[in-house]
Amino acid sequence: MTKPIPQQLRHFLQTDPDDVACDEAIRLLHVYAELVASDPGEAATRYPGVAAHLAACGPCGEDFDGLLAAITASEHDDS
Amino acid sequence: MDSESAHWIAALQDSGIGHDDAVGRLHEMLLRIARSELNRRRGSHGLAGPELDDLAYQAAADAVVSITAKLEDFRGESRFTTWAYKFAILEVSSKLGRHYWTRHPTTSLDAEDWERLPDRFGLRPEEYAGQRDLVCAIRDAVDGSLTVKQRAIFVALVVRGIPLDTLVAQTGSTRNAIYKMMFDARRKLRAALVAGGYLEEDG
Repeated sequence: MTKPIPQQLRHFLQTDPDDVACDEAIRLLHVYAELVASDPGEAATRYPGVAAHLAACGPCGEDFDGLLAAITASEHDDS
Repeated sequence: MDSESAHWIAALQDSGIGHDDAVGRLHEMLLRIARSELNRRRGSHGLAGPELDDLAYQAAADAVVSITAKLEDFRGESRFTTWAYKFAILEVSSKLGRHYWTRHPTTSLDAEDWERLPDRFGLRPEEYAGQRDLVCAIRDAVDGSLTVKQRAIFVALVVRGIPLDTLVAQTGSTRNAIYKMMFDARRKLRAALVAGGYLEEDG
């Protein structure tokens, strides 16, 4: 019986074989962010490797959050 | 491509006064995005006032240079503005990575402080006593399973807590290269902990 592993360590040790890594995620970030803004489920279905990467990579995840915030704010400004 | 995006591309490719006007509007737009992004991340960088504004100006200016050099890469898969925002946000990340050394001038890339490891993985002191074997096993796996380069990246990112973009700026490597090296290291560490009975195969 193994002792429970802290959640942060468990997350750190989990690697997703679908993870596309930083270059591909950043290449698609603008396309993915617009899709998430309109249909999050479709974004994860169409780009599972990008979704996997953004969940695992802190810096790319931060960039995605920033881009999503920017386009959401712009849409509010336009409306 | 939507009409607004096509208008941006045409204006930026214009050889006359329309070009200068478009570059000015692009810079103004990206300066707003860079400022917003720096404010959104204010909890992690401690910048404010003129220093924050200066970094926002640098990010916006460098993003404009990158965009005008890469206009032919824009395929209309998103709005032009979303594509352009991405450049500004990436510039903010890059510049904050460099700025880390200004805020942490005494931090060394080489120093190792393994006492921090339990905290890095969310182990509270009262839990650490019961998980001492696990922490030792991680350190043994780092020393025994990782390559010299993987170990150095692990120590910098995890033990020292140095941001990935700061390592990029410091080493001249890329975010992708460091991430992939760490990805392989994580797999090796997991395999070592499974082999040692600290983690179940599917856990």
